[in-house]
Amino acid sequence: MERGTKELKVAALRNGTVIDHIPADKLFKVAALLEVEKCPHQVTLGNNLESKLLGSKGIIKISDRVFEESEVNKIALLAPNAKINIIRDYEVVEKRPLTLPDEIRDIVQCANPNCITNHQPVPTRFAVVKEDGEVRLRCHYCEREVRQEEVKIK
Amino acid sequence: MSNKSLVSITDYSKDDILSILASAADFEACPNRTTLAGKVVATLFFEPSTRTRLSFETAAIRLGAKTIGFSDAATSSSSKGETLHDTIQMVSCYADVIVMRHYLEGAARYAAEVLPVPIVNAGDGANQHPSQTLLDLYSILKTQGTLEGLNICLVGDLKYGRTVHSLIQAMSHFRPTFKFIAPDELRMPEEYKTFCRKHGIPFTESRELTDNFNDADILYMTRVQRERFTDLMEYERVKNVYTLNNAMLAGTKPNLRILHPLPRVTEIDPDVDHNEKAYYFRQAQNGLYVRQAIISKVLS
Repeated sequence: MERGTKELKVAALRNGTVIDHIPADKLFKVAALLEVEKCPHQVTLGNNLESKLLGSKGIIKISDRVFEESEVNKIALLAPNAKINIIRDYEVVEKRPLTLPDEIRDIVQCANPNCITNHQPVPTRFAVVKEDGEVRLRCHYCEREVRQEEVKIK
Repeated sequence: MSNKSLVSITDYSKDDILSILASAADFEACPNRTTLAGKVVATLFFEPSTRTRLSFETAAIRLGAKTIGFSDAATSSSSKGETLHDTIQMVSCYADVIVMRHYLEGAARYAAEVLPVPIVNAGDGANQHPSQTLLDLYSILKTQGTLEGLNICLVGDLKYGRTVHSLIQAMSHFRPTFKFIAPDELRMPEEYKTFCRKHGIPFTESRELTDNFNDADILYMTRVQRERFTDLMEYERVKNVYTLNNAMLAGTKPNLRILHPLPRVTEIDPDVDHNEKAYYFRQAQNGLYVRQAIISKVLS
């Protein structure tokens, strides 16, 4: 019964990518980051679904599309515990862990109001600094650091 | 990006720093040369800074180069809405090196990436001012005979003062011991204390200036800026607490020297100026030789 209900909520995918375990409040930001609105394939978004892990979660299913690692790793900023499943013929053929890239370009806004990227047409660049169990982003230009949870997406 | 550019003190290794200081000593011995005859040095100051601009221009002229530029953004095309990118691209067509001061942090790094000529950062907002750091190091080396194992006391605005932050980064190559003296509002940020811990640099913190630097080799004073305080009564209280006067130097080590990036306001009483331990005006003079060394290096 439970399984049936679940299938009704989010249709099964024949081929493509499922991004699961997205925190419910981050779903639309993750969707924007992946630019799913530009995707010509079938896209299903589900939100506020029950999740043992998160309480409630979001999910994105995209038919006939497998993301490049660099594309999908961007979402590790917003949803580090999201799961990427590659589907073929209704079966999960690959589970990809999310890893933050070493550098993030033109996604995050610098928190320093006096940074050049907030005043001139300069794309942002951040180095990802992983130290003492904490992730921080260091602006390539103004050298200020911001903690991962304080990151503002452009 | 031209890899000759100097944007941040962290761009330079220990060897790079020592080579600049050795070169500065050569220029001090013989400042007037013609090694850069035929070269053009542009000094683009998008915010005013008399001392830094004049010392860079003097450095260029004493090397035989010619200078072009402006001393205020109001006299440049940026006042008409031109982007930084376009302004500096245009200047790079005329000059062999660009020395730039800009009020936006990261402006120098950006310029170094997009320009075909090297750039020297003469200060980008509250971020970096590497030529100041190098002249601080040169002054320390000259007065102490070494950079290794010194007791350095940093006083004043340790929160926003870029000179003290860069000094910590640069001195990390030379096993220093630091004492940070600042009011609570202007304490050294955690980021730099973490940096010290990671590099095995011992440090202590204090709010009191009096009788707190008797074991110091260098007393590095900075200006406590009124605009940093949310509570102006607190500013009135601390600005006088952090005033160094001649009597306070009585029990200090003979080799102690007092540095200050200038301009000073109330933090050093004029009665200190004639004490042999006052070194801040000589420090400013050292800026000339260090900037000669920097310009020569980036154009080499």
